[in-house]
Amino acid sequence: MTAKRVGWAGVALGFLAFFVAVPPLTVRSPLVVIVLAVLAMAAGSYAIAGGERRLGWSAIVAGLVGLAGGYAATQSGVANLDRVVVWGALGAATLRYATPLIFGALGGLFSERSGVINIGLEGMMLMGAFFGAWGADLTSSWILGLLIAIAAGAVFGALHALFAVTFRADQIVSGTALNLLAVGITGYLFVEVYGDLGTPDDLPQVPNVSLPIDWLPLLGDVFGELNLLVWLALGAVLVTWVFMFRTPMGLRLRSAGENPLAAETAGLNVVRTRYFAVMTSGGLAAMGGAFLSIGFLHTFTQEMTAGRGFIALAALIFGRWRPGLALTATLLFGFGSALAGRLPVFSPSGAVLFQALPYVLTLIAVTGLIGRSIPPLALGRPLPRS
Amino acid sequence: MSVPPEDELPANITVAARMATFFRGGGVIAPIVTVLVAFIAGGFVVLLTGHNPIETYSAIFKGTGFNWFFPWLSEDDRIIAALNLQQTLIITTPLILTGLAVAFAFRCGLFNIGGQGQYIVGVIFSVWVGSSFDGLPAFVHIVLAILAGMLSGAVWAGIAGLLKALAGTNEVITTIMLNWIAIWVGVWVFNLGSPLQNDNPAQVDVPVSNDIAASAKLPVFWGDPQLQGLHIGIFIALAALVVFWVLLNRTTLGYEVRAVGFNPDAAEASGINVRRNYVLVMAICGAFAGLGGALDLLGWQFRVATNDIQTTKLAFFGIAVALLGRNTAIGTLLSALLFAGLITGTSVRNLDPTVFEPQLATNLTYMIQGLVVLLISTDVLVVYLMRLRRKRRAQAVTA
Repeated sequence: MTAKRVGWAGVALGFLAFFVAVPPLTVRSPLVVIVLAVLAMAAGSYAIAGGERRLGWSAIVAGLVGLAGGYAATQSGVANLDRVVVWGALGAATLRYATPLIFGALGGLFSERSGVINIGLEGMMLMGAFFGAWGADLTSSWILGLLIAIAAGAVFGALHALFAVTFRADQIVSGTALNLLAVGITGYLFVEVYGDLGTPDDLPQVPNVSLPIDWLPLLGDVFGELNLLVWLALGAVLVTWVFMFRTPMGLRLRSAGENPLAAETAGLNVVRTRYFAVMTSGGLAAMGGAFLSIGFLHTFTQEMTAGRGFIALAALIFGRWRPGLALTATLLFGFGSALAGRLPVFSPSGAVLFQALPYVLTLIAVTGLIGRSIPPLALGRPLPRS
Repeated sequence: MSVPPEDELPANITVAARMATFFRGGGVIAPIVTVLVAFIAGGFVVLLTGHNPIETYSAIFKGTGFNWFFPWLSEDDRIIAALNLQQTLIITTPLILTGLAVAFAFRCGLFNIGGQGQYIVGVIFSVWVGSSFDGLPAFVHIVLAILAGMLSGAVWAGIAGLLKALAGTNEVITTIMLNWIAIWVGVWVFNLGSPLQNDNPAQVDVPVSNDIAASAKLPVFWGDPQLQGLHIGIFIALAALVVFWVLLNRTTLGYEVRAVGFNPDAAEASGINVRRNYVLVMAICGAFAGLGGALDLLGWQFRVATNDIQTTKLAFFGIAVALLGRNTAIGTLLSALLFAGLITGTSVRNLDPTVFEPQLATNLTYMIQGLVVLLISTDVLVVYLMRLRRKRRAQAVTA
């Protein structure tokens, strides 16, 4: 038995400790939960002793989380549990909450893989949210609205690239500036165009996709009736992975982020590559914003992104700048939000604390407790002046 | 398997050093040009959306109360101007302090985006102390509440410093995460049934804290306390500016901070404990921002609602204040006054709605702030002006 296998087993046991206590199993004895959690932590300690430090710590954390969640579940009524833990609805809600994060994280991936830090994701998302709504309203078409949103995001991306790449500004400062600017621009236009009335009720919407899979247990509830943009987001993950790791273009883009000088020497136009990457980043983030305004909430309100751009950034870091892992992170964060939406059964205010979870997890992730996130080598560094 | 030592201190030049180079080139001209350009761009937006930019800006200026200094003002106008100026100075107080929180970190080569979170944590702890311990003498109560705000802010920012020192974690990421954790904790802690929700039976359904005790309120020295007159917090903020300057320019710590800011490798090589500096500097930054939160609370807010926590953007202006102020004491003061004027001048209370809608103007302020940070981020203007000057000089030599 290698320490590695024991470590993974520990992680699994930690999750199991929580899982047995909620429907459909709903084990009522806290003893089972405690035993499983202790086993998880023991496996973690064994893994640490065997040299697998990160994995071991992950198992211990999973054990602690499983213990807390599982114990809390055994102490609450079965009726409440049945109302909160409805896996089908939770799954669908998870995907809904994750969608803007997926688009944002993929946007961040493009930009950061090419070596440009994108703190401005939040602003690009907000631009997409407003211009998606405004565009859809003006043209009475959600397709054109979505395209206008993407264009607005790309323009913002180009602005970021202009300052971060061409003018060689500090990328964090210019990204911060974009966030402030986006709040101002969208807020100003919103008040100017819609005033106190808000966006009209007949705002064109991105349609839902109904699949004839109602009869499937669980899967039918989760995937049966999802917004088109949710599917687009999932597809975008695949496309991004193929582009980034299986095409020459992707290789060039990554080389601009790892070693721009070598890439330049090999004949790559690093500046143009980075422009492309940051503009794509803006377009993708804007799609996430448009999902909020014309896919999910059916209206625009000032600053409606409410930090989702930063969660997307967190998911990107948590997912170590990889599309698949970033998707996993967004689903995890999305699940947190979905659960928080149902927890008020127990405590209306306590559920709010769940919103802080993605940030706490990211804080733990970036400190290297659970595997170190290693950013692209040249992230944040402008191309040396020739 | 051991973790290889991460390259915590990149050989790369830090942001602080790069900015210092730019700033030496630009002097005081660049910030002024930047502000002018931002205002002109904002004016164009106003013009394009069918309003008169000159009338708009003059109405905003009237709202700031800076016209109080004009000797030709009539007696009636002066009364209004005084009220407005008190507002502007009330807002200047937290802006100075959150500006210092960013500026001090910058001088150590750190970018503290966490002013918002540190400010909020400061507010939470000072409202707790301010609304408990009824019956203390006023002076003691005020000092305790302020210390609570400063200490909590310092600890909150210290987390980011500690993570940077121990694990080499980028402080930009950690301070952003800490901001949002502080926001959600703040939303939770004053929510219905939460620890710090008010215990007034008439307000069980209102997610707001208790009012602070009368003994914890800062004295008002200009204007009517009932009309939100100017509290003594402004003097504490001015004192903080002096502390900032002395700390940076007249102490060993300040020398070390500046050395680390320019080149952490060289500083380490010459025996400065760089890691200890990171922790200390972040803690001091957090103390500044936490102090800002405490003064706002004890000076004029007196209570916090969950809504305030989510909507307050005062602390975010700190970034613009510090950058525009070139991370210096005097610059921070001036740019804090500028942004405080903008915020007050465009507020619903002060801007004449017949000239320009305050809601629009508030967003105009955010736009101008964004433009200022964007332009300052590169000092394009400085580089452009320097090139122009060099060209002219070259022409003069050849001629």
